[in-house]
Amino acid sequence: MTDGFRRQRYLIDFSLAAMGRRKVRNLGLLAVYSLLVFVLASVMLFTHGLRQEAKRVLAESPEVILQRLVAGRQDLIPPGYLERIGRIRGVQKIQARLWGYYYDPVVKANYTFMVPEARPLAAGEIVIGPAMARERGLVAGNLISFRSYSGRLFTFKVAEVLPQASELMSADLVLLGAGDFRAFFDFPAGHYTDITLTVANPLEVRNVAAKLAAALPDARPILREEVQRTYAALFDWREGMVLTVLSGALLAFAIFAWDKASGLSAEERREIGILKAIGWESGDVLRMKFWEGGLISLAAFLLGYLAAWVHVFHLDGALFRPVLQGWAVLYPHFRLTPEVDGLQLATLFFFTVFPYTAAVLVPIWRAAITDPDAVMRA
Amino acid sequence: MIEIVDLHKAFNQGRPNEYWAIQGISLALERGQVTAFMGPSGSGKTTLLALIGCLARPTRGRIRLNGEDISGLPERFLTALRRRHFGFVFQQFNLIKGLSARDNVMLPAYPLAPPYRQLRARADALLAQFALTHRADAQVEWLSGGEQQRVAIARALINDPPILVADEPTANLDTALSREFLAILGELSRAGRTVLLSSHDPLVLESPLINRRVALRDGRVVAD
Repeated sequence: MTDGFRRQRYLIDFSLAAMGRRKVRNLGLLAVYSLLVFVLASVMLFTHGLRQEAKRVLAESPEVILQRLVAGRQDLIPPGYLERIGRIRGVQKIQARLWGYYYDPVVKANYTFMVPEARPLAAGEIVIGPAMARERGLVAGNLISFRSYSGRLFTFKVAEVLPQASELMSADLVLLGAGDFRAFFDFPAGHYTDITLTVANPLEVRNVAAKLAAALPDARPILREEVQRTYAALFDWREGMVLTVLSGALLAFAIFAWDKASGLSAEERREIGILKAIGWESGDVLRMKFWEGGLISLAAFLLGYLAAWVHVFHLDGALFRPVLQGWAVLYPHFRLTPEVDGLQLATLFFFTVFPYTAAVLVPIWRAAITDPDAVMRA
Repeated sequence: MIEIVDLHKAFNQGRPNEYWAIQGISLALERGQVTAFMGPSGSGKTTLLALIGCLARPTRGRIRLNGEDISGLPERFLTALRRRHFGFVFQQFNLIKGLSARDNVMLPAYPLAPPYRQLRARADALLAQFALTHRADAQVEWLSGGEQQRVAIARALINDPPILVADEPTANLDTALSREFLAILGELSRAGRTVLLSSHDPLVLESPLINRRVALRDGRVVAD
């Protein structure tokens, strides 16, 4: 073991002993500090998890969605529109979709009614999302009635409840056959809600969108990457909003930490004087206090981050879920995939550990550079 | 061995409350001797010991240790000198509360970073020398006054310095404990260490162990 390393070990040993001698103060500080890291890390991990989840789900969605606009508002795709698109190089598949929203006054929630592309459903049968099944107490085989916007009552049989794994996107989903959809919404024959295009080469997507915009001036192509960006911006905004609300708590902690870290007690000043008198350099005292601050902030960071990890990935982020996830009646129940963003982790580490350690050093430095003979006169 | 030439020390220099604690002291202190600085409170005994022990720097004048001028050295070098050459026993003992007697004894050696086993063995040997083996793991605030002073002496010797500086070492001890301290002083002197102490305790000053008595008043030597 080198002298330098051994010297640091002695300083750490002494720091730990010093911390043990001021248990109440240090445990209080550790608790408040860990709580702050926990709150910040929870918000960061949760929003990052949501962003990643949305990205994963959207990765399977079509590259381009085409909507028709009338007076700047989305309108139905009329018959013959699909044919006007014709053949565009690079487009693998063009598909017209049927979907719409339905407000259920029973649970005061909105459902998304959709005709699935790949799955033909028999007339009078529906497949529902898990959140809706929970709210309405439905299982496969049950019957459920909805009054359509035209006032007629429709009764459907629940053929299946979608698995929970897909809940982030399917919580409020109701899948039904095209015939039932058109009858329920009085949807005119030959009309569709929108059109999706699958493009194999990601570099071609923007060209395809440009060609669509040129061929159909009344249409709006929406790219998948735009949707992804919108989701990311939405979660960023929510994260920012929560952090703004928390900034008061952050400031309170900063004041608390500064007070605790910078307020050297008479006992600590006396100790520094003794250490200098018996042969410690100012640098040794600074290093010892640096270790003390570093150990507290590092312990708080690890404890807070670990607690946030458990909170977000094992307790489903119970504290921040309603704010960060969105405002809805049918909250999806889903478990985020544990994932850490290195940059986010480093940012949090820097903004929590560094200021505290620095705050400790300034007053210690002032005490450490005083002449050691003060201890002779004490 | 220690040569002091026209030494001056001012506190709050240039301010209305300027005070000259040492005013032109010149002395030569021999190796291996026990020298006692005596005088009333405020005579400059403690300040002189602090200056000789590299705890403070003189305002004017020179201090030479083994021929080397140490009065103008920067803090780092002064600290290194202090560690190598001086051990201190303070009037209030100045032990660190909450730490064991052994940990207190080992503290001055931490910056030198000797191997732990070696350091602990040396600390235990010193504690045994001062009959404190059974109190090695006790926190210092649980020790009696005499035990605390012996721990302070052991701490002063952990880096094996040739010079021991003791400021009013018997001020907080009763007669029996003061005699015990003098016995330890005798041992250290016989072992060849130079001892510099300040005191106005007749028990110390009249002890045959003291080789030289220097009387101070108002920061000046009045009798040697």
